[in-house]
Amino acid sequence: MYPNTNHKHDQPILDVTHLTFRYNGRDALENITFHLHEGERVAIVGPNGAGKSTLIKVIAGVLQPTSGEVNIYGTRPNKHVCIGYIPQRNQVDWHFPVSVADVVMMGRSAKLGPFNFPHKRDWDIVNHALETVELVNLAGRQISQLSGGQQQRMFIARALAQEAELMLMDEPLTGLDAPSQEGILTLLDRLKSEKVTVMVATHDLDQAASHFDRIMLLNHQIIAFGSPDNVLHTDNLLRAYGGRLKPVDGHNILNIDDCCDGEHDHTH
Amino acid sequence: MIVVMGNMTTLIDFFTTPLTYAFMQRGMISAVLVGIVCAVVGTYVVLRGMAFFGDALAHTILPGIALGYLISGGDKDVLFWWALGTSVLAALGIGAISKNSQIKEDTSIGIIFAGMFALGIALISTVRSYAVDLSHFLFGDVLSVSVQSLWLILIFGGVVLLVIFAFYKEFMTLSFDPILAATLRLPVGFLNNLLLALIAVTVAVSLQTVGVALMVAMLVTPAATAYLLTHRLSHMMMLAAVFASVSGIIGLYLSFYLSIASGAAVVLTATVFFLTAFGWKKFRGG
Repeated sequence: MYPNTNHKHDQPILDVTHLTFRYNGRDALENITFHLHEGERVAIVGPNGAGKSTLIKVIAGVLQPTSGEVNIYGTRPNKHVCIGYIPQRNQVDWHFPVSVADVVMMGRSAKLGPFNFPHKRDWDIVNHALETVELVNLAGRQISQLSGGQQQRMFIARALAQEAELMLMDEPLTGLDAPSQEGILTLLDRLKSEKVTVMVATHDLDQAASHFDRIMLLNHQIIAFGSPDNVLHTDNLLRAYGGRLKPVDGHNILNIDDCCDGEHDHTH
Repeated sequence: MIVVMGNMTTLIDFFTTPLTYAFMQRGMISAVLVGIVCAVVGTYVVLRGMAFFGDALAHTILPGIALGYLISGGDKDVLFWWALGTSVLAALGIGAISKNSQIKEDTSIGIIFAGMFALGIALISTVRSYAVDLSHFLFGDVLSVSVQSLWLILIFGGVVLLVIFAFYKEFMTLSFDPILAATLRLPVGFLNNLLLALIAVTVAVSLQTVGVALMVAMLVTPAATAYLLTHRLSHMMMLAAVFASVSGIIGLYLSFYLSIASGAAVVLTATVFFLTAFGWKKFRGG
C-alpha cells in the first residue's frame, strides 16, 4: 500500500507553526503561524507574489519548508492522502487524452494502492462526486471540451473522490465568468455540510468577505487573520497591498490596482 | 475469369513470396513486436514531451554497443546486452544530470548525447569494416534478426508492456498532474525513474530493428498519430500499437520490393500514417 497515516482527532486539521520558506535567497514565506478548525472555510488574500501558491504547496506537502512545521491532525503532511490540491487551470494540459471520469478516478489512485484497478465501489464514489458537482452527464467528455467552471468543478469532484478532508484551491475563480464563480462558491458552501475544510487563494476581497469564515491577509507574512470584519480594515489592507491600494471616498472603500495583471492566463 | 484468377494468384504471391524467406518472417515478427512496445511506451514519450530525451538516449548508447562489438568480435546477439546496460545507465544518468544542473535540461542532454555519439563513432572507426557496421547500428538491420534476438525482444518487450499495464493509473496520474501524484503520496521519484528505465529497455529492444538514428520515430510517430485520433489514454496506446505494427509490415514489403533500407521504409510508412491523420483532422476542422 502507498503511505497513509492515522489522524489524531484531538489535534487541529491544520496546524502551521513558525513556517518559513526560502526561495532563491528570499523569504517567500516568513514565520507563518496559524491553525484551522474542521469544516472551516478560509480565504487567503494578498497581492500577486505574496506567497499564496507557495503556502498552499507547502501545506500540501509538495514543497518542504525551510524551517518551521506543518502538521495535519498532529503529523507532517508527507504521508497524508486527505489533502486535495486543486491546481490553477492554466497549469493543466487540457489536451491530455483523458475523460472527466478518468480525471476524477485519479483521485482514487492512492486508496487503490499499487497493481489494483478500480472496483465498483471506486466507480460509485466517482459517480457520487460527479453528482455532487453536477457533471454526471459530461463524465465521458474529453476534458478540453469543458467550460472553465466545469473544469474547476471536475477538480473539486476529484478531491471528493480522493476523500479529501482539507481542500486547497489555488485561484479557483480566476478567469471564470460571474455565474461560474457563483456556482463554485455555492458548491463550496455545500461542502461545509460534508465537513470538508476549505482553504482558497483568491484576490477577490468581496467574495472572500461574503463566502468565507475567516480571511488570511498575506504578504510573505500574515498581515492579519480573522473574521472578514476584523481583517478588512484600511490599515491592514494598506500594509498588505502597499502603494497599489487607493483609498476611494473616505476611509473604508478601497480600490486595488493590481487585481490580475496578466499572471493568470486563460486556458486553451 | 481466368484473368481474374490469374490476378488473384499474383496478388497472393505478392504477399506470400517475401514470407517464404525465413529472414523476412523473423523481420516481420520483430518489426511488429518492436512496433507495439515502442508505440505503447511512446505514448508517454509524446504526452510528457520527452521526444528529445528519447532521441538522445538512443544516440547515447552507441559507445556501449561499439565497445561490445569490439570485445565480442562482431557477435550481434551479444550486442543486445551491451545496448541494454548502456541504455539503462544512460537514461538514469541523463535523468539525474538534467535534474541537478544549472544548465537548462535540453542543453545538458544535447551535450551528453553528442559527446557519447561521437565516442561511439570513434570506437567503431577503429574497425576496418567501419562503414557497414556503423550503418547497421545507425539504421538497423531488421532482416538479420536471429531467432535468439527474437526471443530477447519478446521477453523484454513483454516485461515493458507488463510494467506499463501494472502501473497504468500511476503513470497516467503522474503524467497528467505531478502535484496530484505528490499529494496522493505516490512514489513520484521511483515512478519517474521507472519510466526512464522502461524507455531505455525499449530502446535496447528496438536497436536491431530501427537503429539508433531512427529510434525516435518509432517512439513518437505512431503515438502522435493516435493522439490526433483519440481522447482516451488506453485507446491512444492501442491505436498507436496498431499503427506501429501495420507500419512495420508495410515497411518490410516496401523494403522487399523496392530494395530500400528496411528501417527507413518502416519509418516512412509510419510518417505517411501521421501525415494522413494530420491532414484528415485539419480537413475536418479539428
